[in-house]
Amino acid sequence: MPGFPRRLTSRAAAGLALLPALTILLVAHLGSTSWTIWISLTSSRMLPNSNFVGLRQYETLLNNDRWLVSAQNLAVFGTLMVVGSLLVGLLLAIAIDQRLRVENTLRSIFLYPFSMSFVVTGLAWQWMLNPTHGIQKLVRGWGFETFQFDWIVRQETVIYTLVFAGIWHAAGLVMAIMLAGLRGIDEEIWKASRVDGIPAWRTYVSIVIPMLGASFATAGILLSASVVRLYDLAVAMTNGGPGLASEVPAKFVMDHLFERGNLGLAAAAATSMLVTVVSIAAPLLYARSRARTAETRR
Amino acid sequence: MNVIEPTGPRPKRTSPARVGLYAFLAISALFFLAPLYVMVVTSLKTMDEIRGGYILSLPSELTFAAWTKAWSSACTGLNCNGIRVGFFNSVRILVPSVIVSIAVGSLTGYALSFWRVRGADLIFGALMVVAFIPYQIFIYPLVRIFSMAGINQTLFGIVIIHTIFGLPTMTLLFRNYFASLPPELFKAARVDGAGFLQIFRSIMLPMAIPMIVVAVILQVTGIWNDFILGLVFAGRENLPMTVQLNNIVNSTQGERAYNVDMAATMLTALVPLVVYFGSGRWFVRGIAAGAVKG
Repeated sequence: MPGFPRRLTSRAAAGLALLPALTILLVAHLGSTSWTIWISLTSSRMLPNSNFVGLRQYETLLNNDRWLVSAQNLAVFGTLMVVGSLLVGLLLAIAIDQRLRVENTLRSIFLYPFSMSFVVTGLAWQWMLNPTHGIQKLVRGWGFETFQFDWIVRQETVIYTLVFAGIWHAAGLVMAIMLAGLRGIDEEIWKASRVDGIPAWRTYVSIVIPMLGASFATAGILLSASVVRLYDLAVAMTNGGPGLASEVPAKFVMDHLFERGNLGLAAAAATSMLVTVVSIAAPLLYARSRARTAETRR
Repeated sequence: MNVIEPTGPRPKRTSPARVGLYAFLAISALFFLAPLYVMVVTSLKTMDEIRGGYILSLPSELTFAAWTKAWSSACTGLNCNGIRVGFFNSVRILVPSVIVSIAVGSLTGYALSFWRVRGADLIFGALMVVAFIPYQIFIYPLVRIFSMAGINQTLFGIVIIHTIFGLPTMTLLFRNYFASLPPELFKAARVDGAGFLQIFRSIMLPMAIPMIVVAVILQVTGIWNDFILGLVFAGRENLPMTVQLNNIVNSTQGERAYNVDMAATMLTALVPLVVYFGSGRWFVRGIAAGAVKG
């Protein structure tokens, strides 16, 4: 059997090639995750210890004002940012889909913010929203002397400025995904609805948009993944302020790890973030795989 | 060339709906372009003009002083060497990180697609799941592991970190691409006696060049734009441009030089913008390929 050893070594080589990936998965991903979960069950402060305290860190977390504000902010930001981006992105995609001559230019304009970092996005909007020099001054200069737009320095409204910047950053991505979905829809459907004299908006609302299930799920998954990671934008744009008004969970974890030296609490917060992601992503992934199967059947 | 001029009234195609559509698109385009425009004009003004004028107005005279200052003498803390320090740090992080992460990702994708290794599906599934886990879960244990290995806060360390966090997307990209190639290609090479690495090098990699381009675009923009990983793992000497930018803008004492801030911001945005506008549809393709996660 002359080919046999060769085949064997090739097989072995394939196994060896997976070693980096396997190491990364086991050590960096699985190992780190379990370690963090374990730390969250101990009384670790500056350094990790193995003094098991059950769920006490989670109890502390639930009584921590800053955490509660962070979690609430994430819920507000997440809901508005995901819904807003989906809506804006969908409208842009539909508008672009009307056979325009300037389609490519418009696509580039709507998508370019997504290529820039959250730090750049945050600093650009911080400047635009600056009450002394930015939009507020501009509109007052137009003659609306009493115009107020100081949301970024007010505790009750600052979170909405993050939503604004977030939608600006991500709507183009949704547009790209939705446009791909729209282009994938059978022309026959449009012909049929035109023959029946159904107005275009009605066709969109009742027929086309319901067929974009998989695109919605894809966009939803990508958006929610970036929502939970929300950190750079908040740090660059408001640094959690004014006061605690724009604190977010990712920043809570980072600050408790590196500034406040409270490993146990940081680990409990990180684990809570993980649980949130899993409970949001799992149904979406499931919905998308169902939408995909339904599409193939059709 | 003869041009035949049409005669008679133009055929009417501008219905009210069409006008509304154009208005909507024009307003949206202005909204999306406004921050970029404001950043550019602010960076070209003097501070007096910024204080006295409005954000949308054009500079009365062009001055690139803010750009020069941002590049070579803007301060972070006590160091006043400009954002160029961060720029070169980012380049030093970017080049090896892009090469290593794509090398590992393409090799993993190849091994997972053609070679029926035991547990291949499990490895792939696990990679797709971890792509969604927030970084905060991993950060502390990785800092500890890297410290023990003596590579925490080093250039080598941050390259490994980018390889770790780029692995799911890179693997997905290449696995899906290789899985779409005709299996006969692989079988024929096997019959001819080619081995694992030989098939990879002389058949698969040359065929995967479009995917490599997509991967380079994704990784260059992704790694250039990274903030949190560079902040934690790169070390004081290697802080990437995004981190330095944030330090320049947000930790200034005294009055802030908005023109310098915006020039520094534009400088940081330049690399991904050039990649984006230079690569055109490839960028969208990259997002689409990366978006198939899960």
